[in-house]
Amino acid sequence: MKQSKSSFTIRKVTESRLFFPFVALAFILLFDLIAVPGFFRISTKEGNLYGNLIDIVRNASTVSLLAIGMTLVIATGGVDLSVGAVMAIAASVAALLMNPYVLATELPPHILKFMNDPNFTYQPLWIVILVTLIVATICGLWNGLLVAYGKIQPMVATLILMIAGRGIAQLITNGVRIQIFYEPYAFIGQGWIILPFSLYLVAIVFAIAWLLTRRTAIGMFVESVGTNSRSSFFSGINEKRIKLLAYTFCGLCAGIAGLVASSNIKTSDAFNLGQTKELDAILAVVIGGTLMAGGRFSLLASIVGAWVIQAITTSMYAVGVPAFALQAIKAVVVIFVVLLYSEQVRGFVQKITVQKEA
Amino acid sequence: MSDSDYVVEMKGIDKAFPGVQALSDVDFYLNRGEIHAIVGENGAGKSTLIKILTGVEKQDAGTVTLGGKAVTVKSPLHAQELGISTVYQEINLCPNLSVAENILIGREPRRLGSVNWKAVNAQAKEFLLQRLNIDIDVTQKLGSYPVAIQQMAAIARALEISSAKVLILDEPTSSLDVHETAQLFQVMRKLKSEGVAIIFITHFIDQVYEISDTITVLRNGALVGTFEAAGISRLELIAKMIGRILTELDEMSKIKLESGKHIKGEAFLQAEGLGLVGAIEPFDLELHAGEVLGIAGLLGSGRTEIAHLLFGIERPDSGTLEIDGKEVKRFSPLASIGRGVALCPEDRKEAGIVDDLTVRENIILALQANRGWFKFLSMQQQYEIADRYIKLLNIATPSADQPVKNLSGGNQQKVILARWLATNPQLLILDEPTRGIDVGAKAEIQKLVLSLAEEGKSCVFISSELEEVLRTSHRITVLRDREKVTEFSGEVDEQKIMQSIAGSES
Repeated sequence: MKQSKSSFTIRKVTESRLFFPFVALAFILLFDLIAVPGFFRISTKEGNLYGNLIDIVRNASTVSLLAIGMTLVIATGGVDLSVGAVMAIAASVAALLMNPYVLATELPPHILKFMNDPNFTYQPLWIVILVTLIVATICGLWNGLLVAYGKIQPMVATLILMIAGRGIAQLITNGVRIQIFYEPYAFIGQGWIILPFSLYLVAIVFAIAWLLTRRTAIGMFVESVGTNSRSSFFSGINEKRIKLLAYTFCGLCAGIAGLVASSNIKTSDAFNLGQTKELDAILAVVIGGTLMAGGRFSLLASIVGAWVIQAITTSMYAVGVPAFALQAIKAVVVIFVVLLYSEQVRGFVQKITVQKEA
Repeated sequence: MSDSDYVVEMKGIDKAFPGVQALSDVDFYLNRGEIHAIVGENGAGKSTLIKILTGVEKQDAGTVTLGGKAVTVKSPLHAQELGISTVYQEINLCPNLSVAENILIGREPRRLGSVNWKAVNAQAKEFLLQRLNIDIDVTQKLGSYPVAIQQMAAIARALEISSAKVLILDEPTSSLDVHETAQLFQVMRKLKSEGVAIIFITHFIDQVYEISDTITVLRNGALVGTFEAAGISRLELIAKMIGRILTELDEMSKIKLESGKHIKGEAFLQAEGLGLVGAIEPFDLELHAGEVLGIAGLLGSGRTEIAHLLFGIERPDSGTLEIDGKEVKRFSPLASIGRGVALCPEDRKEAGIVDDLTVRENIILALQANRGWFKFLSMQQQYEIADRYIKLLNIATPSADQPVKNLSGGNQQKVILARWLATNPQLLILDEPTRGIDVGAKAEIQKLVLSLAEEGKSCVFISSELEEVLRTSHRITVLRDREKVTEFSGEVDEQKIMQSIAGSES
């Protein structure tokens, strides 16, 4: 049956990919407005902005970075479970490059002196960052090769690196948890230039990803491959290369997230760093309205999704939910958010808006 | 005939969807033991009418009466309980389960709480034999049988669920070949003789006349009329369906004759001994600029396989292929687009449309794939191209930004055609381009093929409708059992081709 959809404005808004993530975020903030007095207060210290809202977006930055890469992977119809492990690998590589001496059993005293000097690094910062990101990109490339050319199911293929990655991360530092003292590195996760520095990183990565997908044909090809890979192949799209690109880029994003996370906690904790972050990233993408089956995606919506997750956590702390109860409460909220996404609920909302206009 | 003879009585049915009046004041009467065809172009309201009868949709106004009692069909399940069973166009059974499981799933005979498989198989086999006259091994996976048998299994399931008084067949023959269709018709006649009323929805006019007693014609959501099949001529019927007399078909043969003059001597495509084990025996093929080559043959005779080889979906393991004077080394769709070859695939849903993308994106997809990742067409160019083809091919869509899944089948087909025309191909391969689309759109597509030939482009036209192949092609290649058997050119009669398809040459 032919269906002509009129261009009702409210309808357009509710059909937009950004509508539901923002509604979810609005609900949580509305809760804060009522339950937590002064939640929205933003103060300035030395010209920098502080407050709960800033905390939310700052703490969400690792998941935001992961979600950007994850969005592309999920849009191709895949999933990357290894991003948490890749974060750990990145952290280990970076820490090792700054301070390889921890691996030596006996150190000459003149080096021992440098060890916790905040101005000491073995390699200059740009090399640390560059090498770390190259290693993370290679991790992504590996996933991409397995999925696109090895034709292994994405969940299985990335599970390999998810498990092996933490082992690799520990091998890199010889099982040692390397403390990071170098101050300029700490700036990545902890620095502020009016807003937290990590926010600028998210903005830059987002801008690059957006330009890469929306100003070239890549975004459309990703959506096409994720929607119907056979049709895409028949249309001349090299779906293997598109998948390879998505996973590789996802690895790069995980590397950047690893830099931010390790600079935040000032250590390369191969075991705990990025633990279960892959699940948060997937959840952020899902909240952002990208289907796990692949297809249409919105990078901005995924970032809003990351904010939603972090807003839940921050709000719960703000109302005094103890840490041990947090996961359970978070789960309840997530159920509500995800319910907003069910076809039934969406159809219902759209019906209401249509009826109001008619 | 008294009122009580009607099994189904639908009166004054109205149904509106947002922005569209799908049905207005439609009456429909179904007799016991009759085969009643519902015909009409895409969007005429056939499926909406069926959906109301089967409880998928609820009418805005009008009444449904079953066997003299007014009812409100609440859901498809409720419809089944009322004795209305439906077999949809896309068979929705489980190919991985056995035939018997598919037929009896959910109602398996049990013994001591566990499924009694022996009884399941015996019951299914008996049911198929008795009701449908087919005798197959019901323990085999459904997917291992041809589509026709799968269709029978779907019918068997529909009949088994409720002792159906009304059986609805929605486009049951669209993926069946001639023999399979005949087999289905036998089953339909048998059921009819048992008093089952059958609603038959199809685009094939021949089949409407072959099997049905009564024909209801819908157009744009309104009832045009209900006719005795014997009392209305084909031309009249088609005229009623599309609301105008089809002079186009006559025109077409003139255009074809005209375009035949443009065929150039040198071959644009030359295949020698091209073949792939298990797909198609080595064949020779030549195609000139400005020529339309028809490929005739039954389903599974190797038609699609030839198309796939020529377009580089599969790599041949023998022979050579020369296109535009150069030997083809790289076999891939992308390389083919670069050579100026295009393929409208047979399976619109699986290999054609990308249903979440918009009409615009679907149209520019192949062109953009050829340009690569970075030479992205600007939005303005995209809209220009999309709007041009929407106009040229008469694609019925509210806008270029409509997701293509919201379009009707015929319009989706046109979108795919637009995708390939946008790449400006020298050779266009059309594999079943008119399957499941209405008469008007069919004629448009056939005309388009001929006008392309007139522009000096080559075309390979594959269709299971022989009449259509004859109408459009300058030359016809016949396939049988994955082998090229013969080729006809010039004036050929249908009979001869049929004989060579069937393999009964003298």
